[in-house]
Amino acid sequence: MEITEKIVKKHGLKKEEYHRIKKLMKRDPNLLELGIFSAMWNEHCSYKSSRLHLKKLPTKGKQVIQGPGENAGVIDIGDNDAIVFKIESHNHPSYIEPYQGAATGVGGILRDVFTMGARPIALLNSIHFGSPSHPKTKSLLNGVVSGIGGYGNCMGIPTVAGETKFNDTYNENILVNAMAVGHTNKNKIFYSKAKGVNKLVVYVGSKTGRDGIHGASMASAEFDENSEEKKPTVQVGDPFTEKLLLEACLELMKDDSIIAIQDMGAAGLTSSSVEMASKGSLGIELELDKVPCREKNMTPYEMMLSESQERMLIILEDGKENYAKKIFKKWDLDFVVIGKTTSTNNLTLKFHGKIEGEIPIDALSSKAPIYDRKWSKKKASKKKTDIKKLKKIKLEDALVKILSSPNHSNKSWITNQYDQMVMGDTVQRSGSDAAIIRIHNKNKAIAVSVDSSANYCKSNPVSGGKQIVCENWRNIISVGAKPLAITNCLNFGNPEDEKIMGEFAECLIGIKEACEFLSYPVVSGNVSFYNGTNRKNIFPTPVIGGVGLINNLKKPLNHNFKNENNIIILIGKTFGHLDQSCYLKENYSIHDGMPPEINLLNEKNNGDVVLNLIQANLVSAAHDVSSGGLVVALSEMSIGSNLGIKIEKSKKLRNTAQYFFGEDQGRYVLEIDKKNLISVEKTLKNNDIFYENIGITQKDYFEIEGEMRLSINDLYEINNQWYNNY
Amino acid sequence: MKSSVIVFPGSNCDRDIAVALEKMQFKNKMVWHKETSLPKSDLIVIPGGFSYGDYLRSGAIAGKSLIISEVIKAANSGCLILGICNGFQILTETGLLKGTLLRNKNLKFINKDVNIKVLNNKSKFTSKYKLNQVLKINIAHNEGNYFTNEKHLTELNTERLIAFKYCDKNGNINENSNPNGAIDNIAGIFNSKKNILGMMPHPERMIDNMISNTDGVNLFSSLLN
Repeated sequence: MEITEKIVKKHGLKKEEYHRIKKLMKRDPNLLELGIFSAMWNEHCSYKSSRLHLKKLPTKGKQVIQGPGENAGVIDIGDNDAIVFKIESHNHPSYIEPYQGAATGVGGILRDVFTMGARPIALLNSIHFGSPSHPKTKSLLNGVVSGIGGYGNCMGIPTVAGETKFNDTYNENILVNAMAVGHTNKNKIFYSKAKGVNKLVVYVGSKTGRDGIHGASMASAEFDENSEEKKPTVQVGDPFTEKLLLEACLELMKDDSIIAIQDMGAAGLTSSSVEMASKGSLGIELELDKVPCREKNMTPYEMMLSESQERMLIILEDGKENYAKKIFKKWDLDFVVIGKTTSTNNLTLKFHGKIEGEIPIDALSSKAPIYDRKWSKKKASKKKTDIKKLKKIKLEDALVKILSSPNHSNKSWITNQYDQMVMGDTVQRSGSDAAIIRIHNKNKAIAVSVDSSANYCKSNPVSGGKQIVCENWRNIISVGAKPLAITNCLNFGNPEDEKIMGEFAECLIGIKEACEFLSYPVVSGNVSFYNGTNRKNIFPTPVIGGVGLINNLKKPLNHNFKNENNIIILIGKTFGHLDQSCYLKENYSIHDGMPPEINLLNEKNNGDVVLNLIQANLVSAAHDVSSGGLVVALSEMSIGSNLGIKIEKSKKLRNTAQYFFGEDQGRYVLEIDKKNLISVEKTLKNNDIFYENIGITQKDYFEIEGEMRLSINDLYEINNQWYNNY
Repeated sequence: MKSSVIVFPGSNCDRDIAVALEKMQFKNKMVWHKETSLPKSDLIVIPGGFSYGDYLRSGAIAGKSLIISEVIKAANSGCLILGICNGFQILTETGLLKGTLLRNKNLKFINKDVNIKVLNNKSKFTSKYKLNQVLKINIAHNEGNYFTNEKHLTELNTERLIAFKYCDKNGNINENSNPNGAIDNIAGIFNSKKNILGMMPHPERMIDNMISNTDGVNLFSSLLN
C-alpha cells in the first residue's frame, strides 16, 4: 500500500514529521510502521510540545525514590514503606463515551501504580463539566460518576477524595482526571527498564480486540462536529479482569521473576514494548501471531495499535516461565510468550514468520520530535472591581447564593456512589480538606488531595500555577500531614496556538516556583493538550494531586468543629481581594481582574506553624480558606459538625464583603480549645504569624454580629439541595 | 473458633473480613473458590465484592462454583454461614436463603453509613446485641434491594427470621430510613434454622474507632460465644 499524503494526515502526522520518519528509517515506512510512528509521536505519548517545559520542574528531594519517567512516581515514607502515585487524564474518551471513558481512565491509572509493584490503596479524581444548564452536562456527569464508581468499586479500592467543578469553558470538552495511590515495600519496586538479550517477552491479561485503535491519536487532536464518530476509539473497561490482573501481578512480584514490566496503556502493545526496549537500550522482537486476540483476523496493524484494556507486558528472568504461567493460570488470565529482547536496537514485528515491520527503537523514542513552540505572555488585566460601586447585597444572601451554587454544593450525591471504606483503612473520607488513608497494619497514614483553580490560571497563569500548589499544600497540612510530593495533570488547549502555549509555559513557571519554595517536588504527571472544540480552547486547568505523611496516627484531624465555646482563630492576613472571587462570580457575574497574589514566604511560614500546632495536639479543627473566602470556610466547618459560630464584628473591618468573601491566600481557620489558647498564641507570636481571634463556636446558630443569624439546619439544607434537585 | 473465608475471583472484602476475624481471635483460613474441600470450620464467611465481576446477575456464577457445593453441605449439617453484601447475594443464588437482591431503588451504587435495628438477638450471630438496638453500619452496594414473596415474608415475620432492618438514628423504620428500597426495610435475614445470616451492611467495616465505630464487633463476639 502506498503511503499517500492523505494517509499521513489521517494518522495525525504533519508533513515535516513524515519527512523525519523517512529520514530516520532511510526508506518509506509501510502502513504498519506508519501507524506505530503515529502512536508514538503523537502528543499524548511523546510529550513533544511539553517536554522542554516539564524538564524545568523540580523533581528531586530526599523523599523521592522515583521521579517522572516511570509508570508512576515513588516516594519514601520511612520504615521501608514507599508510596507510588500518579494522576492521568481521560478527557477525550470521557466526552465521547462518559461511562467507559471514565472507567478506563481509572483502570489505566491503577495499572500504572500496580505495575510498579504497589497495591493501590486509594483513588482520587478531578472532574470538570460544562454549565449545569448545558444540555449534555447532566448525562455526562451521570456517566462519568458511575464510570469512576463502577471501576473502583469493583476493584475494591476506595475512592476517597476529589473535586467536581462546573464552568461554561468545559461545555464541549469535559475533563476527567483520575489519580491512584499505592503502597509497597521500598525494596520491592518494579521498573520498566529491560535488561539482557534473549529474555522472554510475555503478554498477560485480557485479549486484544479492535477497541481503542488510535485512541492516543484521538486524544491528541481537537474535537469537531464529527467527534461523535470517534466512539469506536474509546476502550471498554473490564474491572473484574483488572482485579484478577492486579492479584496475579502482585503474586508474581513476591518472587524475583520479573526483569521489567509495563502496562499496555495508551498506544497499547506499541508503547509498552518500545518503552521497555528503549530504557534498556535493547531491541525487541514480537511474533504477533501469538498475541491473544478477542476478534478474528486481526492484522498486525490492529494488534499494535489496539488499546484494549487490562493487559501487561513482562520481561521474565530465565527459567521462570512455568512458575509465572502457573500464577496467571490460577487467575484464569492469558499468559503467552510473544517475543524476546534482542541486541538489534530495533522493534521487529513478525507475523506468520515474515517480518512485517522493523523500526529503530530510538526513532520512536529519543529521536521523536520535540517542539520548542512559540508562546506569548499573558497580558495582565488592569480591570479592578470597585466594590463600593456595586449594588449592596446582604451577607446572608450572598452566602446562601454561594453555598447553594453547583460549585459549592455538598457533593455527597457523587461521593456516595463511590465505595470509600473498602480495604478498611479509610480514616478520613471525602468532604474534608484531604482524605486520610492508614498504612495497613501500621500506626501511620497518608493524606491525599486533588486541586485546581482554572479561573485563577486563566486570568494569571503564573500566580494561578503557584496558587494550586499552595492550596494543595494547605489541604494536606489542614489534616495534620506533612506534604511530601505531588503529581500533576496538565489540561490545556491547543499548543499550536501561541497564547495557549503561553498559558502552559506560564502555569508551569508558577508551579515550579511554588514547588521549589515549599520543597514539594513533582514525581509524576501527565499532559493533556488539545482540549477544545472548533478552536475554542478550555481554560488552562492544571490539576495538582498531593500526598502527605502523618507519622504518628493518634487522633485524625478534620475541618468539622468539635465543641461549643472553643476559640476560632484565623491564620494569615486578610486584605479583602475580591477580583476573580467566587463572591463576584456568583453574585454579580463579574469575571474580570487578577487573582489574589501569592506570598510564598507567608504561605510556608503559616503552613509550617499550623502543622506544628496540629502535631502538638493543640488544634481541634482546621480548614484552609480558599474559594468563597472566610465565611464559606466557616460555614463548611459548621455544616459538617452541627455546631455554629458567633463572630464578633471586627474593629479593623473596612468592608464586610471584602473581609468575609475575600480570597486572600495562605490562610487557615483553626478551632482552639480555650485551655490551649495561651500555648497557641505563644507559638504564633514567636513565629511572627499574623492571626486574629474572630469568635467562638456555639450551639445551633451561625451568627455574625450585626450581619446574619442562620440555623445550622438551614445552612445544611441550603448546601444540600442543588444536587438532589438537579 | 475456626473460620473460613471463601475467596472468589472478584471478591474484594476478603481481606477486610479476615482482618476483623483475626482481630476477634478467630483462627481463620482463606479458601480459594477452585478448592473442592473445606477446612474444618465453625464459621464460613462469604465476603463482599464483585464475584466473577457480577456481570451476569450478582452472585449468580459464584452460586454455581465448585466450592459452593461444599458450603451447602456444611450449611445443611449446621455449620454457621455468614454472607455479607455480595455474600448475601450469593447465598440467595444458592437457595440457602430465600428471596433476592434487586438493584437499588435509585439505580445507583450507594456507599454510606446507615442505621439498622436489631430485630432478633436470639441467634448465634446477634446474641451480644440488645433487642431493638440501633447500630450505625456502612453499606456499599448496587443491588441491595431485598425482595421476597408474600408467603416467605410472612414466614420471616412469624418465625422472627429478620435479623436487621434499616431505620433512622432514633430507630424509626420507614421509607425515609430505607436506603435501597428493600421490602419492609429488611437489611439482613436468617434461614429457618438460624445458622445462616445474610446481610447487606458490612459489620467488618465497623470494628475500629479510628476508621468508623465498633458497632460491628458484637456480631463477631456473639459468634465466639
